[in-house]
Amino acid sequence: MTGILSLITFAPVLGAALILALRAGRPASARGDDLTRWIALITSLVTLGLSVLLTVRFDSANPGFQFVEDIPWFAGIHYRMGVDGISVLFVLLTAFLVPLCVAASWKSVEQRVTSYMVAFLLLEALVIGVFCALDLVLFYVFFEFGLAPMFLIIGIWGGKRRVYAAFKFFLYTLLGSVLMLAAVLAMIGVAGTSSIPDLMAFRFEPWMQTWLWLAFFASFAVKMPMWPVHTWLPDAHVEAPTAGSVILAGILLKMGGYGFLRFSLPMFPDASEFFAPLVFALSAIAIVYTSLVAFRQTDIKKLIAYSSVAHMGFVTMGIFSFDVVGVQGAIFQMLSHGVISGALFLCVGVVYDRMHTREIAFYGGLVNRMPIYAVIFLLFTMGNVGLPGTSGFVGEIMTLTGVYFSSTWTAVAATTGVILSAVYALTLYRRVVFGEMTNPALADITDVNLREIVIFVPLVVATLWLGFQPGLVFNVTASSVDGLLDAFRTAVGD
Amino acid sequence: MTAEALLILIVFGPLAGALIAGLFGARLGALASQAVTTGLLVLSAVLSWVVFAQWTWGDLEPFTLTLAPFIHVGEFISNWSIRFDALSAVMLVVVTTVSALVHIYSWGYMAEDPSRPRFFAYLSLFTFAMLALVTAADFMQLFFGWEGVGLASYLLIGFWHQKDSANSAAIKAFVVNRVGDFGFALGIMTVFWMFGSIQFSEVFANIDEIAGTTWRFIGYDWSAVDLAAVLLFIGAMGKSAQFFLHTWLPDAMEGPTPVSALIHAATMVTAGVYMVCLLSPMFESAPVARNIVTVIGAVTALFAATVGLAQNDIKRVIAYSTCSQLGYMFFAAGVGAYQAAMFHLFTHAFFKALLFLGAGSVIHGMHHEQDMRRMGGLWRYLPVTYAVMTIGTLAITGFGIPSLGLGFAGFYSKDMIIESAWAAAMSQGGVASFAFVVSLLAAGLTAFYSWRLAFMTFHGTPKWAEAGAQGHDDHAHDGHAAAAHGHDDHAHDDHGHGHGAHTPHESPPSMLAPILLLSVGAIAAGYAFKKQFVGDYQEAFWGGAIFNSPANTVLEQAHHAPAWVLWSPLVVSAIGFAVAWWVYIAREGMGARIAEKKGLAWTFLYNKWFFDELYEATFVRAARVLGDLFWKVGDQKIIDGLGPDGVSAASYALGRRTGRLQTGYVYHYAFVMLLGVAGLLTFALWAWRA
Repeated sequence: MTGILSLITFAPVLGAALILALRAGRPASARGDDLTRWIALITSLVTLGLSVLLTVRFDSANPGFQFVEDIPWFAGIHYRMGVDGISVLFVLLTAFLVPLCVAASWKSVEQRVTSYMVAFLLLEALVIGVFCALDLVLFYVFFEFGLAPMFLIIGIWGGKRRVYAAFKFFLYTLLGSVLMLAAVLAMIGVAGTSSIPDLMAFRFEPWMQTWLWLAFFASFAVKMPMWPVHTWLPDAHVEAPTAGSVILAGILLKMGGYGFLRFSLPMFPDASEFFAPLVFALSAIAIVYTSLVAFRQTDIKKLIAYSSVAHMGFVTMGIFSFDVVGVQGAIFQMLSHGVISGALFLCVGVVYDRMHTREIAFYGGLVNRMPIYAVIFLLFTMGNVGLPGTSGFVGEIMTLTGVYFSSTWTAVAATTGVILSAVYALTLYRRVVFGEMTNPALADITDVNLREIVIFVPLVVATLWLGFQPGLVFNVTASSVDGLLDAFRTAVGD
Repeated sequence: MTAEALLILIVFGPLAGALIAGLFGARLGALASQAVTTGLLVLSAVLSWVVFAQWTWGDLEPFTLTLAPFIHVGEFISNWSIRFDALSAVMLVVVTTVSALVHIYSWGYMAEDPSRPRFFAYLSLFTFAMLALVTAADFMQLFFGWEGVGLASYLLIGFWHQKDSANSAAIKAFVVNRVGDFGFALGIMTVFWMFGSIQFSEVFANIDEIAGTTWRFIGYDWSAVDLAAVLLFIGAMGKSAQFFLHTWLPDAMEGPTPVSALIHAATMVTAGVYMVCLLSPMFESAPVARNIVTVIGAVTALFAATVGLAQNDIKRVIAYSTCSQLGYMFFAAGVGAYQAAMFHLFTHAFFKALLFLGAGSVIHGMHHEQDMRRMGGLWRYLPVTYAVMTIGTLAITGFGIPSLGLGFAGFYSKDMIIESAWAAAMSQGGVASFAFVVSLLAAGLTAFYSWRLAFMTFHGTPKWAEAGAQGHDDHAHDGHAAAAHGHDDHAHDDHGHGHGAHTPHESPPSMLAPILLLSVGAIAAGYAFKKQFVGDYQEAFWGGAIFNSPANTVLEQAHHAPAWVLWSPLVVSAIGFAVAWWVYIAREGMGARIAEKKGLAWTFLYNKWFFDELYEATFVRAARVLGDLFWKVGDQKIIDGLGPDGVSAASYALGRRTGRLQTGYVYHYAFVMLLGVAGLLTFALWAWRA
């Protein structure tokens, strides 16, 4: 099975190359665009198939890295790939969402289809690379280059204020990137290796950990995003095409949380412990603050974007609880949020494709014409609210439980999120779906079609299945998380 | 069949019904959906009684059936399971019986609603969630059922989703319940860290170790078990609509009346009482928490009864009555008489479902009129409904003759609570004395508002004849009530009974049969089971499911209450009856004249102590203001102003001055921003290290 990680990572690149070979420079045509779409879909499905195979073959009893590939690259830097229980499911999540995104873009993206699909496949490759990279430099390359296709997807296929949004997105993430680059160079200089497994075993001086932790934190906090560096996200979401939002919320936001687990905790344990109160404070603020802001939004996508920030607050808080329940909950929350928020953005996409507006006030009474849509939207709304039985609940209660032991104040503040999420999510649902249908423009709106139902079914299944059987995730992550926390406790000495 | 197999059928039958009607209802049609859900529910109810009988008179032992793992992480272990003991046995019969009857009733009541498959699917879904709640063996499944019934309640209150008032009420119910669940969730976390487990059996086994220790929470040291119990009780307050968190229940009357009977009277709202009784081992070691339960319960019993005096909407009166009766159950548990609380929960389910379904029959017969001021003299037109409503009224007012030991269902359970409160007042004083006084006061008020309802509806001169001409103009001066009126009409859009005539009519047999069955319960449920629930056999019956510490002899002492305590409830009820008779029969019109004067007391009660206004002015307003503040000032002015927008503006200005920086390039802005952040961080670190 060696080589499967490279295969998964570069399969989308091959697909993109095939599209370019067949379509580059050719005039746009309906048939040609369809060919592009089919190649992209098949490529992403092959990648998904390989990722499923990877997950099935993954030995969950082994806490270490598996399917490791190691080829010397240059200047002591290796092309080193591998997954453990923490990363393997993110690979699967990415491969799971991309085919849905391609399908969701089938009709809604009609300009520059070739470039769009190429950008999307490259994005997939880079994101999967982030989760597989076991070399610091390789990680950095994937991590930073991953921004470029997203930047293009927003900047080219985005809405009216796409340039402002892309600018803001770039500015924020670049800030983190530069600091992280400095930290990467410093780490290699001191430790003499760029191998992530070796660096996890290396003990940096506490004063140096502090600096390195802050540099990585700048980058990961922006990606999550954590309060107060979150303001790029609502703008990016609003302007991004539907599929862009799905990947942004579903995958890109998880790179920050993954980074904390892969770098901050194992490599800078003392600093992590030192800064945990800061993370708790920012997380609790994020949950309360952005939930209240979400409540006042008039744009559906902005509302869901703000709710994403709140939900990521649970993740950061869970990770820095250093407790098995909290960390497992945080990983679960990331995966669950990837499914639920992705689905919510797809729900917005359904009505946006029909009406070309995201104004909440424009809608109302959709249940009268779109009964199936109403059920689907309700399910994901309840997932967003964290109703038990959906995957949204498990992550919330576990991260809260985890953080309770470290800081009851944080737990209390964050638990208000369960009230506030009900307020904004149910208000949104009511205004869009319930009530009388008073806007004449909606009179002919049609319910979800077969293509859309096919897109939603896997997401519905995932939300409920994980909601009732979260063990599917915990069985895979358990030994790696235990290993991570054991090493952490040894390092900080308790 | 084994009891295990029966329980699986009981619990999952309603789920199967819900899924069939919910997913395939459009294809199957309304009739098939109704038949499947109702059939499975009736089966569930029959089997529940079989199991209950085996428990009460047979030799069934308590057991826990583990079906599948839920969450297994570290010590945080929860399973999907079915816990069977006396408490769950009682709840099973209550839930499935009322639910089955409500399903049947809805055949008639919802006959003209186009969304019947959806309605029946929701009813069955609710029942499943409630059964999951009462059979939970750990806090996670309890919470699953807890929020699951909340979801069903939300969907059913907002069933007629074209109505704005119904949508508001649905959201309000969900959000207020979430406020309770905020406490509940924190309670679960506290329990987990305190006991290292969320399994009931393991927690209860370790109470003695934890009792007497302190627990640090938000910066203070609290008595450990008290803290956990109080946090969990906040959840109970939300679900059972207790004082402070009661505001959603009257609004929930926006839902169809069968829903009000099932969810908002007989079953879901009693979940809080069930929880406190289930956690009796915890509450027995939590004296402070029990005092809080007692006070909240007593205050609710009195508060809701006072508000019930002045309401004119027939469903709202019964809703406040429910609230008040739940208060009785809570203070019974608070003083240590959990058995009495469960007994009242049991009998109340029958007579309160009866009252609601009877009210539904009145509303149906009155062509969706809910305002009692436009009723009167209906006994002639709805004789069966009149008879059963009278039974229900006698049951809720606890009518019975102490010297004979004979009475309606409420007589046994409510008087048991009053006697327990007396016993606790004698032995402990304090809040128990308060609860005892309140219990008598509220009993008098209960008699007044219950008979007021009966008199305004069924007796006196008919006012519905002029109702058409009078129109709804008197709503103008009480906009609140108008919004709250919840015209229960969508079910009857094409009623076909001649709207012009507006002659009230009796309901069809499908509606009357369930009410008649419930009236059997309202008459006999108390007499039949008093020995098991609170009498000589109680210890054997509960079989350890309810724990009384050795020091707690309240139930025992209650049986030795003196004659004046036994007779007091009857006396205050008689006074309540007499006053109601005087105001609404002997001096008919007096009630309306009192209302017209809009005296201070009347205004206060009519507006429900102004709780809605208070919450609107504080919490709701604060959420809006803070949300706008964080968004428009926090995000847009401060964060963006100092961050990306500020950087671009600053570098633009800088660029113009130096003329050398090529503004417009993203990395220039980034660089400037970077310098700033680096400087800040340096300073911060330097400050921390020092």
